Amino acid sequence: MRGNLLLAVDGLRTHFFTRAGVVKAVDDVSFKLNRGEVLGLVGESGSGKSITGYSIMGLVDPPGRIVGGSIRLSGRELVGLPQEAMRALRGNRVAMIFQDPMMTLNPVMRIDRQMTEAILAHADAGEAAARARARDALVAVGIPSPDERLAAYPHQFSGGMRQRVAIAIALLNRPDLIIADEPTTALDVTIQGQILYEMQKLTRDSGASLIWITHDLSVVAGLADRIAVMYAGRIVEQGSCADVLAAPAHPYTQGLLDSVPSRNPRGARLRQIPGMAPSLMALPEGCAFRDRCPRAGRACAIAPEMEAVGAAEAGRAVRCHHPLVPHTVEDA
Amino acid sequence: MSVYVVRRTLQALLVLFVMSVLVFAGVYAVGNPVDILINPMADQIEREQAIAALGLDKPLWEQYTTFIEGAVTGDLGRSFVHAAPALGLILERMPATLELASAAMLIAVLLGIPLGLWAGLKPHSFAGRSIMAGSILGFSLPTFWVGLMLIMVFSVMLGWLPSNGRGPTVELLGVPVSFLSLEGWRHLAMPATNLALFKLALLIRLTRAGTREALLQDYVKFARAKGLSNARVILVHVLRNILIPIVTVIGLEFGSVIAFAIVTESVFAWPGMGKLLIDSINLLDRPVIVAYLMVIVTIFIVINLLVDLLYSVLDPRVRLAEAKG
Ligand SMILES: Nc1ncnc2c1ncn2[C@@H]1O[C@H](COP(=O)(O)OP(=O)(O)OP(=O)(O)O)[C@@H](O)[C@H]1O
Ligand code: SF4
Ligand SMILES: [Mg+2]
Repeated sequence: MRGNLLLAVDGLRTHFFTRAGVVKAVDDVSFKLNRGEVLGLVGESGSGKSITGYSIMGLVDPPGRIVGGSIRLSGRELVGLPQEAMRALRGNRVAMIFQDPMMTLNPVMRIDRQMTEAILAHADAGEAAARARARDALVAVGIPSPDERLAAYPHQFSGGMRQRVAIAIALLNRPDLIIADEPTTALDVTIQGQILYEMQKLTRDSGASLIWITHDLSVVAGLADRIAVMYAGRIVEQGSCADVLAAPAHPYTQGLLDSVPSRNPRGARLRQIPGMAPSLMALPEGCAFRDRCPRAGRACAIAPEMEAVGAAEAGRAVRCHHPLVPHTVEDA
Repeated sequence: MSVYVVRRTLQALLVLFVMSVLVFAGVYAVGNPVDILINPMADQIEREQAIAALGLDKPLWEQYTTFIEGAVTGDLGRSFVHAAPALGLILERMPATLELASAAMLIAVLLGIPLGLWAGLKPHSFAGRSIMAGSILGFSLPTFWVGLMLIMVFSVMLGWLPSNGRGPTVELLGVPVSFLSLEGWRHLAMPATNLALFKLALLIRLTRAGTREALLQDYVKFARAKGLSNARVILVHVLRNILIPIVTVIGLEFGSVIAFAIVTESVFAWPGMGKLLIDSINLLDRPVIVAYLMVIVTIFIVINLLVDLLYSVLDPRVRLAEAKG
């Protein structure tokens, strides 16, 4: 896998300059993603997952702004890229799918136009060729009678079908990277499973990398190669999916795992993480998780840095002074 | 669809009937035309003859039934003053009013939508704020005052534009219009601007609010995520959505522009229906007042119907609802 690096986010900081103060929605986020790899980006509501995704897409709206760090896609720096160059990448090399399929398609435009325009924005294909590709894309995501469906409007589709259409649109230009922002959260459980499965299959077939954003660790369990856990605008733990789920190193990750129903014995009480996520404008001094952390100690008054834990070759890192997995012992 | 048309027609007839009763009773209450119309020197016999000739000696309900009997055959009574069919008098003036109203609406739409869009896209910019401040003026300044100011500046002080009348008209398909000659345009410019001002302010606000709301929607973000150009996102995705309420309001407001052209027509002595109405009220020319109001109500009903049809063309969701129902 090494040498096949697709995306390198380094020290990314995206802040919102509101009247009430500066909201540090993303504050020093770093991660890497190889080609074909699936990263699960996990965290509570408001932890900065979507804004991380928007930052990569160049879709952060004022009063928000990327104030620091770098985002490299196939070695090319995206931060500070001119608008037109960024537009040419969007929907072409990087695509994004949103949470609520009822809202992502334009209600007054036919599906065919919403699909072909995504092709024509990036290629000089003819109208007919674009339509044929749109049709194939609908077939690929499992939409029956695609020819009829192309002429339909979004309200004539169910939620699950609309999300399939959104996925088809995201895949149209065979992007290198797909950012899926909780695309199954708004759907029925059965449909969730289907979409999850399809997404996995489609990205694998196309060789695209996938960032799957969710607040639900159980969703990424069977899907992701790696997991990054976000808390208050920062990544607090990173590692392979298997390692992190088997033995979480950060107390916050542990808390998230304890609150997943399916992972706990029947009848056992689910433990919720005590307290509330802190306001991003008034984070506690030191570790942002300090007020809610059962392991907090005096050292935690100083903000922890990302440090390696566990076996050196596992590539795990955590932002905690008292991790549940011991810090990696460096060879002298 | 045919059920729909029948239902709408029945509704329209009911509205017209109710309006006719209200209008008839209302006009009756306003004052007695006899005092104005009949020579005060006339003796008692002459007076009674005149009253009988106008049909005013009969009780109100009988006057009303006579009116309705005529109305179903398209006869809305004869003017007391002009001794001509009331409806004919109104229809004769209608082209002038329709031309004025259309010109005003055109100005409001052609300026209001782009300005509103701009203000919605850049709400905090200097231009955005100025447009909003301007729209507040458009809302709060009284139409007649603005009309007088326009005359003051452009007719009296600068002497650029004529202050009253329609100017020479050109026949277009048998209808006299002003807009086909330069002189006609010079006459039309000020009254149309005057009448447009309020609607312009309204359209700016509506478009701006719609744009701001649409920009927050996921479908706009998704459209941008597809890599569409800003121009396409705004002119296709945003505009198509906000056009639905805008077209509705434009349609409905067109009726009120026709109805409220009265003030502008009076200020600029524009020979339209509104001016005829004011004159008729002054002379208590009941048949003309009643006929005018019936015509206005009919115009409103027709416009409403057209707007509904247009709405279902613009919004695919409405089409489905109708097909089911
Ligand atoms: N336009 C904005 N102005 C001010 N703050 C904002 C704005 N947009 C986002 N934020 C802040 O950024 C933070 C991160 O938001 P983000 O949408 O990334 O959260 P998230 O992790 O995706 O949460 P969720 O699971 O609810 O989607 C939030 O706390 C939010 O308050
Ligand atoms: S640094 Fe301290 S407070 Fe923060 S998570 Fe680790 S133990 Fe808890
Ligand atoms: Mg989110």
